[in-house]
Amino acid sequence: MTAEAQLDLSQETSNDGLNLAALKDEKICLEVEDLNLFYGEKQALHNINLQIPEKKVTAFIGPSGCGKSTLLRCFNRMNDLVDIARVEGAIKLNGSNIYEKDVNVADLRRNVGMVFQKPNPFPKSIYENVAYGLRLQGINKRSVLDEVVEWALKGAALWDEVKDRLDDNALGMSGGQQQRLVIARSIAVQPEVLLLDEPASALDPISTLKIEELIHDLKDQYTIVIVTHNMQQAARVSDYTAFMYMGDMVEFDTTDTIFTNPSKKKTEDYITGRYG
Amino acid sequence: MMEKGQFTKHISQKFNDELENVRQRVLTMGGMVEEQIEQSMEALSSLDPELAEEIIERDEKVNAYEVSIDEECTRILAKRQPAAGDLRLVVAIIKTITDLERIGDEAEKIARMANHIAISMENVMPSKKQFGAVVHLGNHVKTMLHEALDAFARLDVDAALKVAQKEKTADKEYNAITRQLITYMMEDPRSISAAMDVMWSARALERIGDHARNICEYVIYLVEGKDVRHVSLAEMEQLTQGK
Repeated sequence: MTAEAQLDLSQETSNDGLNLAALKDEKICLEVEDLNLFYGEKQALHNINLQIPEKKVTAFIGPSGCGKSTLLRCFNRMNDLVDIARVEGAIKLNGSNIYEKDVNVADLRRNVGMVFQKPNPFPKSIYENVAYGLRLQGINKRSVLDEVVEWALKGAALWDEVKDRLDDNALGMSGGQQQRLVIARSIAVQPEVLLLDEPASALDPISTLKIEELIHDLKDQYTIVIVTHNMQQAARVSDYTAFMYMGDMVEFDTTDTIFTNPSKKKTEDYITGRYG
Repeated sequence: MMEKGQFTKHISQKFNDELENVRQRVLTMGGMVEEQIEQSMEALSSLDPELAEEIIERDEKVNAYEVSIDEECTRILAKRQPAAGDLRLVVAIIKTITDLERIGDEAEKIARMANHIAISMENVMPSKKQFGAVVHLGNHVKTMLHEALDAFARLDVDAALKVAQKEKTADKEYNAITRQLITYMMEDPRSISAAMDVMWSARALERIGDHARNICEYVIYLVEGKDVRHVSLAEMEQLTQGK
């Protein structure tokens, strides 16, 4: 067998766990096509093909270093900030490739918001944190800002807790509140997609449940992609789950199928806590 | 797909132990229930009231097994939140022990019938001929249960399918026994009371066959993740072959 034929075979096997037929009734928001990502010489993502449905929650699970965060960061080109990262292939947002040369990355990131593992509010007031994105867009009219700040804080299930202290420094909030504030900051600019990278891993169980509840509410308006190490969390919050292993997309299916009857042994081993 | 020995490969050795332990106890409970069927057949054909009493008493033990395995499963669900094959194992066990407990009840019922015939029918003892067919049915469903438990232990879908197919024979035998007993009752009305007891025993055995088939359905669910309840045998085969 030639090297080329072998490569073809590996690509075939790397995609046969993807049950994209499960998405037949969904509108597709993001489409990943033959995506390869290299950090210098090292290939971190191998020929990823995937579709992310609109206004649903899609979870990426997999062991550390499997590439799930790397893939998530491709959706708003955060990997552009890594000098040695090189991306091949395409990611289409509503049909157009976000890796085209003429794409305005700032606009893309406004449209595809991201929340990280550790809450990262700015050392400003609660109000200014939420208004930040709008001010960047040149919106400074107080009445507009007031309205959006209230709407975003309500959307992030934080309004009732902070409405009387909007001028307090955001760094004085609890971790769980800070994380919801960051989510409020993300949705204030009305993105289409929210990327959540381990949004609850630094939080206590109650704050975690609040974030999960929030994710459930937010999916009415946003397409959500979440990376999590907590498999029960993935099972609880997501509609679809993708399992990644060593840079490969091993299996994609409805969350119900992945957690009750996965088709790949690797997936089964991982979610049931077995030796690989 | 599930493979043998897969419940022993968790990173948590304690979880391995818990699953293996609960699995073993299902098999122990199954063995006990098999024994109950066999003894009830013995009690019926020999009309031995002492043996019948023993069977009735031992049903308590079967019930206690069900309760304790059920508790263990609840504990595993709460503490381990099992997924995929592990989850299906726990769910299959919870269902299996319900059927095993019912089989135990049916065996107990037969023992009570044996007791009843022995005590009240001294004058109009039914002939041994009447029991022949019932004991034959008893052996048939006991084998079904044995093989169903075997399929469960070995995660063997093909074996489970074969057992499920045997349920038809049990139904046929039960119908034949009914017709035969009606004939006896018409020939000699004094035998009606005893014949009714025999009929109820045959009915209990036929139900045991149904429960054994249920267990086979859980084995298929456990191994392949496919729900084959309430479908015909042909559909069942089709579903399991379309792997």
